[in-house]
Amino acid sequence: MKMHTLRKGSAALAAGALAVTLAACGSGGPGNSVSADSATMWGLTGGNQPVLQKSVDSWNSAHSSETIKLDFFANDAYKTKVRTAVGAGQGPTFIYGWGGGVLKSYVDAGQVEDLTSFLDKNPDVKDRYLPSVLKNGQVNGKQFAVPNNNAQPVVLYYNKELFDKVGAQAPKTWDDLMALVPKFKAAGIAPFSLGGQSKWPDLMWLEYLTERIGGPQVFADIAANKPNAWSNPAVTDALTKIQQLVDAGGFVNGFSSIAADSNADQALLYTGKAAMILQGGWIYQTMKKNAADSIKNGKIGWVTFPTVDGGKGDPADIVGNPSNFWSVSSKATDAQKKSAEDYIKSGMFTDADTQALIDSGAVPVVKGIEGKLQASPDKDFLTFVYGMVKDAPSFTLSWDQALSPAQGDAMLSNLDQIFLKKITPEQFVSTMNATIGK
Amino acid sequence: MALTRTATRRAREAGPSGWLAVPALVFFLVFAIIPLGGVVALSFTSWDGLGEIRFDGLSSWVRALGDPVTANAIWVTVKVMVFSYVVQTPISLLLGVFTAGRQRYRAVLAVLYFLPLLLSSAAIAIAFKALLDPNFGMGPGLGLPFLAQDWLGNSDLVLFVVVFVIAWQFVPFHTLIYQGGVRQIPTSFYEAAQIDGAGRVQQFFSITLPQLKYTVITSSTLMAVGSLAYFDLIFVLTGGGPGYSTRLLPLHMYLTGFKANDMGAASALGVVLVVVGLALALLLQRLGGKNRGASQLEGA
Repeated sequence: MKMHTLRKGSAALAAGALAVTLAACGSGGPGNSVSADSATMWGLTGGNQPVLQKSVDSWNSAHSSETIKLDFFANDAYKTKVRTAVGAGQGPTFIYGWGGGVLKSYVDAGQVEDLTSFLDKNPDVKDRYLPSVLKNGQVNGKQFAVPNNNAQPVVLYYNKELFDKVGAQAPKTWDDLMALVPKFKAAGIAPFSLGGQSKWPDLMWLEYLTERIGGPQVFADIAANKPNAWSNPAVTDALTKIQQLVDAGGFVNGFSSIAADSNADQALLYTGKAAMILQGGWIYQTMKKNAADSIKNGKIGWVTFPTVDGGKGDPADIVGNPSNFWSVSSKATDAQKKSAEDYIKSGMFTDADTQALIDSGAVPVVKGIEGKLQASPDKDFLTFVYGMVKDAPSFTLSWDQALSPAQGDAMLSNLDQIFLKKITPEQFVSTMNATIGK
Repeated sequence: MALTRTATRRAREAGPSGWLAVPALVFFLVFAIIPLGGVVALSFTSWDGLGEIRFDGLSSWVRALGDPVTANAIWVTVKVMVFSYVVQTPISLLLGVFTAGRQRYRAVLAVLYFLPLLLSSAAIAIAFKALLDPNFGMGPGLGLPFLAQDWLGNSDLVLFVVVFVIAWQFVPFHTLIYQGGVRQIPTSFYEAAQIDGAGRVQQFFSITLPQLKYTVITSSTLMAVGSLAYFDLIFVLTGGGPGYSTRLLPLHMYLTGFKANDMGAASALGVVLVVVGLALALLLQRLGGKNRGASQLEGA
């Protein structure tokens, strides 16, 4: 025990010292210092990190009186940290989010600013966004968050080299997909990669299967807290199909110990250990950075999620994250709030920002960028995603973000059990029905 | 001068002034007692970490203790505690006795044994996670297929992997305790035993082990109570998974509080942890016998 405290103490000291050093460096560009009453912003590490850093750096060097202090966190760690910080009144001025139930819990607790009148006063800002995406920042008809980066629908990626090797085509239907599994297994290749330890990649399977089988209304009912909404047969059917895929050996050996935060799941795809992966649009950016050759040589292909025979869902429906969002903390000082609004107005989605996002392999959620996307070396992927988002009859937000945090957590834990075959679809349904309204 | 000397002597006879304990007591009050009171109070409320805190009677306790995941977490905690104890105690006892010798090469070995003690839990977890990866880890890396098990993804195997990593981290610490204990045993005991013709094994069982009684109790207390605090290592290594197979009570408390945002139930679990920890510590001290506080040193 003593060792514990000792070590924790010294770790805290070291962290403190580090923080002091970092603070001394500041995050601003050369020649401008970030002051103590600057607006604060927490972003996520990963694909969009350099774009956001550049955007804030150029804002800071042009607006020395309205500087922004930017810090980055890993996805899972951020989600925990920001909520605790906001609850303690120590949250950042710019709260990074996904919309949905988590945003609603901030709104209910009065922690974020209502941006409706700000957008009404600045129609340019409002008109900048794809309307379907902007809608995801609303709670009870009011705008509490504005989109801040790129559209992130979930896409089925595949390794073309491996498909050529076994002489296969990308799956168009669920039956195609199941038929591919023994083919790849016979060749000693894992059919699907999956970051199961992070749990949220599991969810993408349930989201798409439910969508294809039962259409968007199934989850809309769940999100609306209708009693026994999980009992819809589409959910049971989707869970059963997941377990059939697990039984068939569809997922890579050790999938439940692979963490998606370390990008090990994508690495399996581009190193040729796994043939396919169902993941968010954002992994294209990371692969472009970590596996530049695979992307440049067209080794990686992508398709929409297969259809399911007899399913009610539109094959063009998508799930994933319409975008990430900025909310403005209501606990920030007036000066910080003003800086935040000014940055939203004229600091983000500048031409340079939008171009930087496109260059990184992402599709910004702003109107009229078709020409820019066409001019990009990644135009195949970018126009695919842009078209997917623009033409989708329904774009369902990732369920763990759409639900309340307590429901979302229960859902991910139980889904993990489904993938491990520790519980049956029926048990999942009854457990989840019990969480409705929580 | 004479006056000062008598004053000093009188002070020494009366023992140090009670006021010297005040800073420690203040720290204890501010950083242990008051937060503990806060946790007890929170366990009778419902709070999602953001909104208002609502007094809610026993509902958080019912939720926390009625949850089958909690029962499972307690069971997993007990298993990890027992397995860790059974694995760590003999190894650290023997290593401690061995390194207590004074030959030079043992000093070198001792330094090697103690290295894991210097690493942070998070670093150890990240390193083991990378080594044990079935696709990119040491199995495929060294071309040894039997090492390419799904160590952390197999619900039956993962608990033992966790026990192994915990042992790797904490055996050096307990070895250090035992080494210190063995060096306190007067050499005259061994000289007498040698004259009586006792062999090495007999010396170990008749002198070393009985003399280490209090060291064993100290080390056992630290191990048992420490098992209730395993968090960082497991959080990074397995995240409590796969499924719930390595979700120990402290991790369950954290996930209840900060993932499911149920601060009331998490506080109830925190109180359970404190009570169980105290009970264990008291029980082990009781096993030490009546004069457990007495010094083992000759003449002290």
